Amino acid sequence: MKPRTTTLNLAFTILVLLLVWQIIAWLVHRAILPGPITVGKAFIHEIQGDLIEHFLVSLWRVIASMLLAIITAVPAGLVLGQSPRLNALFTPLIYLLYPIPKVVFVPIVLLFFGLGDAPKILIIFIILFFQILVLVRDQAASLRQELILSVRSLGAGRRALFRFVYLPASLPAILTALRQSIGTAVAVLYVAELFATQKGLGYYIYLNGSTLFNYPAMYVGILAMSLLGLGLYYLVDWMEKRLCKWM
Amino acid sequence: MIDVDAISFNYPNGQTLFENFSWNVERGEAWAILGPSGCGKSTLLYLLAGLLFPTKGYIRIDGESLTRPRPKSGLILQDYGLLPWATVRQNAELGLQIRGFYGPDGTHSPREVIPSTDVNPWLLRLGLSEIADSYPAHISGGQRQRTAIARTLVLHPDLLLMDEPFSSLDAPTREGLQNLTLELQEEQNLTLIVVTHSIEEAAVLGKKILLLGRPVHRQPTIILNPHQGGEAFRKSPSYHTVCDELRVRLDEVSAV
Repeated sequence: MKPRTTTLNLAFTILVLLLVWQIIAWLVHRAILPGPITVGKAFIHEIQGDLIEHFLVSLWRVIASMLLAIITAVPAGLVLGQSPRLNALFTPLIYLLYPIPKVVFVPIVLLFFGLGDAPKILIIFIILFFQILVLVRDQAASLRQELILSVRSLGAGRRALFRFVYLPASLPAILTALRQSIGTAVAVLYVAELFATQKGLGYYIYLNGSTLFNYPAMYVGILAMSLLGLGLYYLVDWMEKRLCKWM
Repeated sequence: MIDVDAISFNYPNGQTLFENFSWNVERGEAWAILGPSGCGKSTLLYLLAGLLFPTKGYIRIDGESLTRPRPKSGLILQDYGLLPWATVRQNAELGLQIRGFYGPDGTHSPREVIPSTDVNPWLLRLGLSEIADSYPAHISGGQRQRTAIARTLVLHPDLLLMDEPFSSLDAPTREGLQNLTLELQEEQNLTLIVVTHSIEEAAVLGKKILLLGRPVHRQPTIILNPHQGGEAFRKSPSYHTVCDELRVRLDEVSAV
């Protein structure tokens, strides 16, 4: 059983975090580390400006990459998982590519795809693609032979096996892959948004921190980016509760 | 009904299991295939199910050579083969959904329309109505096997193939399900073939018993068990006589 997160202990944890933040801010006593109250005030101010637009641009980039990764990696993982021959063929390639930190490709992807959303979406997509591919492939390959045989005996051919067995079986793997890669995706989003864009939370944080020296606004950006990651995490959690009731 | 015609079968490692082996099953008969583990009895069942194919010879059911699982054959395995993410009801409906997915194409599902697509009577008949919305992980082994039986019988099969169906169940549950299997066989006029390593189970379920010893199998060894039946038979002297005979004959064929 997973430990449950109740609203009460969540609220308590947030309170403790804010308190620790405030204490450190007092101790450091520098412009670069404003306390939560200052940042809170800045948040209310910034949200009336263009913060929401930056947030939505970043959200769109992450969601688009996630969807793109799901619709490509899931079928590929399923095909590899149910065919030992194809799996044997592609395993060395995946084995070599999987551990490469994809974030190093940011400059190259930017060079090739230039301005706009495409390179940002692409780089997050590459990271999520491998995570989902590997987990879905392993999930599909680990299905017991007895299960496959008995469903085949009910008349299922290849197409029905995909629809009724492999696809539903891969759902928890997809959600696990998403949960595991949300942190990385948001981190890479930040890096990707440092270059060749004037929209997105990454750009917003960098602009306020390094050009305008508006530190409270920079922290507002950091807060917004954390909320983005947290929101996506909750979304996956919620989907898991809805879609994987048997677990 | 089933005509196993001079089949040969080798494992991928080259070991020969069957060589020029022939065997016949008539419609409505109840057969048990009895033998020690590794004798190839499950392989024979998978051959009959159209999940494996002989290297030589033919298996014909109702005159048609098997090239894939036959829509009117049902298969029940020891580990139930239920979808863990589906409820008892959804599992029972799986075969119907697969048929709906393909339509009556004659290969994946029979060409004629199935009289009823309602699983409720079967859930009721097998005592599953109360747990219809539970997931397989949350029900007992006996209930899981009942679900697998419901899923198969909903499709109105004429041939029921079972591979060690009750071996992982406790004795009272096992006997209950054996009795149920016999009732259903009679009620639905099923041809029944049960693979088992248990002498007692073979004696209870098989009106005819095919003995398999150590491979290679060339000739079928068949024992007749005309008084086969449920509770009453289990307590009768003829049950013990058959069990004793099976024990002796099994030793003989295994020693060869």
